[in-house]
Amino acid sequence: MIAIIDYGVGNLFSVCASLKKIGAEAVVTSDKDVIERADKLILPGVGAFADAMAKLKKTGLDKVVKAQAEKGKYIMGICLGMQMLFEKSYEYGEHEGLGLLKGSVVPMKGVIDGELKIPHIGWNALRFEKPHFLFKYIKNGDCVYFVHSYYATDCQDSVIATAEYDKHLTAAVAKDNVLGCQFHPEKSGEVGLNMLKAFCEAENYAASGEVKA
Amino acid sequence: MITKRIIPCLDVKDGRVVKGVNFEKLKEVASPVGLAKYYSECGADELVFYDITASAEGRKLFTDILTETAKSVFIPLTVGGGIREISDFERVLSCGADKVSVNSGAIANRALIGAAAKKYGDQCVVISADIKRVRGAFHVFAKGGREDTGMEAIEWISRCVGEGAGEVVVNSMDTDGVKGGFDLELLQAVCAAVDVPVIASGGAGKTEDFVRLFREIPKVDAGLAASVFHFGEIAIPDLKRSLKEQGVNVRL
Repeated sequence: MIAIIDYGVGNLFSVCASLKKIGAEAVVTSDKDVIERADKLILPGVGAFADAMAKLKKTGLDKVVKAQAEKGKYIMGICLGMQMLFEKSYEYGEHEGLGLLKGSVVPMKGVIDGELKIPHIGWNALRFEKPHFLFKYIKNGDCVYFVHSYYATDCQDSVIATAEYDKHLTAAVAKDNVLGCQFHPEKSGEVGLNMLKAFCEAENYAASGEVKA
Repeated sequence: MITKRIIPCLDVKDGRVVKGVNFEKLKEVASPVGLAKYYSECGADELVFYDITASAEGRKLFTDILTETAKSVFIPLTVGGGIREISDFERVLSCGADKVSVNSGAIANRALIGAAAKKYGDQCVVISADIKRVRGAFHVFAKGGREDTGMEAIEWISRCVGEGAGEVVVNSMDTDGVKGGFDLELLQAVCAAVDVPVIASGGAGKTEDFVRLFREIPKVDAGLAASVFHFGEIAIPDLKRSLKEQGVNVRL
């Protein structure tokens, strides 16, 4: 069972519906016991970083999620949920994240070509930076749907895919059992569903992302 | 790089898809859920559902359809029609919509866009404007194109973006339903004034109209149309292939 963490931020309808569509058992929950029993976790999120972190902390689920991830349970952050996996964000100030991944989240403004629109919104191609099991059913160059104004940087070796928007923006990250995507797989058509399918099969793979022998 | 989006628009009344020609003589096409699935499979990049019912029963029927669609179609869904207050945002977002498009509601309630952007984020709020030339000026029309507000369109759009609208749908009433191509003059003016994504609407009749749109106005992000898609006059896979061949970056 996959637990979609509900901490009062954003729309969880589509994340849940997309998992059901691929035949996964998914529940939207804020219940600690359910989260601890789940095989895998999804941390969704939209809106502002500080606000979302504050809500996650208020529910006490930050500690639960962190403890589960540190125990080795697979967790995937989506969009702002991915950004929250990092050490900190510089969205309107400096805010601490969950710290499950090395790196920080910074504004695109002033970094990317000023002619380009911010947010980076729409379908953009993924460029695989290294092989990973999440890509089992999708191809390098497949398009996925993005909506964001901040991006993860200094991620060390966790970047597994980027998207070109003047710079190569971090599009997907993975470090052992901690995974994340900046784009919305639940809004990326077949490609997104196929990536979620690979996530659902995560236990079939070694932490390195290689297929287990 | 980011791709140009092709967006079919489904006008829904009493649970069916309808499309007006110059906003009159509504003509029924098909079941919204079935059509949405079909478009998603054809490569539509996003869908717009426009609720043109006025009754409470019609509204309930609409949200039921939206919920059904969001369970089976996994591309961005924008919903418009009858959005007058914050509770209308909540109503459609909880049924699986990703963005909410406001038109007359933003004219009647000037605080709506700001309040919605603050609550749901700019990316969620779309300003849709029905625009028509009146004595050489672009005017914003309200109530489905029936009422001239007298407001200058570019000023109105700039103001809405300033308040937090994250995307603009420019619907030219002069070209809508005529199938003679998009209103490039109007779109050029809007693109020069705002730096959020601009979606062109009104006037698509053939593939070349989309090619011309994206080539002549590189700042336009998306092309929206209804009847040419619903009646199969333009097939989305063919359209996207043609765009690609002519150097427009699209998702295939």
